[in-house]
Amino acid sequence: MSVELKVDRTIDARGSFCPGPLMELIRAIREAQVGEVIEVLSSDSGSKRDIPKWCQKAGHELLAVIDDEGFAHFVVRKSR
Amino acid sequence: MAERISMIVFSGTVDKLFPVAILTSGAVAMEQEVDIFLTFWGLMAFRKGQPQANRKISKDFEEEGKAMMALIQEKNVPSWYETLKKAKEMGNGKVRIHACAMTMDLLGLKKEDLDEIVDDVVGVGEFVEEAQKGKVTLFI
Repeated sequence: MSVELKVDRTIDARGSFCPGPLMELIRAIREAQVGEVIEVLSSDSGSKRDIPKWCQKAGHELLAVIDDEGFAHFVVRKSR
Repeated sequence: MAERISMIVFSGTVDKLFPVAILTSGAVAMEQEVDIFLTFWGLMAFRKGQPQANRKISKDFEEEGKAMMALIQEKNVPSWYETLKKAKEMGNGKVRIHACAMTMDLLGLKKEDLDEIVDDVVGVGEFVEEAQKGKVTLFI
């Protein structure tokens, strides 16, 4: 089964070190409207733990974490 | 009670200023407040022009310092100062950077001799009193 995610904005933070990708995600979420979906691409190993933790704390929905070659896609919906 | 990290920044070497900046970023990301108290070498590193010019590395890692700095440059890691500045902007008032009054007096420094990122000059009494409001205080 495949689920299609509609992404409103993608941020390529590959090559940026911890906590760079998280900071870029936060900035994008702040600029977004509630309900919009932001995708961040990160090769930083800290993101795997930090981004889910941040989503939980900040109250946004982590829709998906998809592993790719040497990086991962984090898909987050702005919920408030 | 707002969550808060307080840091006493005594060191002025780049290798120690990096964790100050990165911890501040992490705290801001997690919506915590940060109070930074710059004293002695830490304050010296915030004199005007110093954040850009300073290349000092802790003596105990002097041998590795050059290679580490080269790696940081090669991998395009933003400087500690840039990282701290961004975190402070993002914190929107949640990051406060204080200069130690005693060090200022000792060195004959005035607020205008310091980089613009520094908010104010405070006494140690005020800082430790403020630090009581948080659970974490670090000496770096």
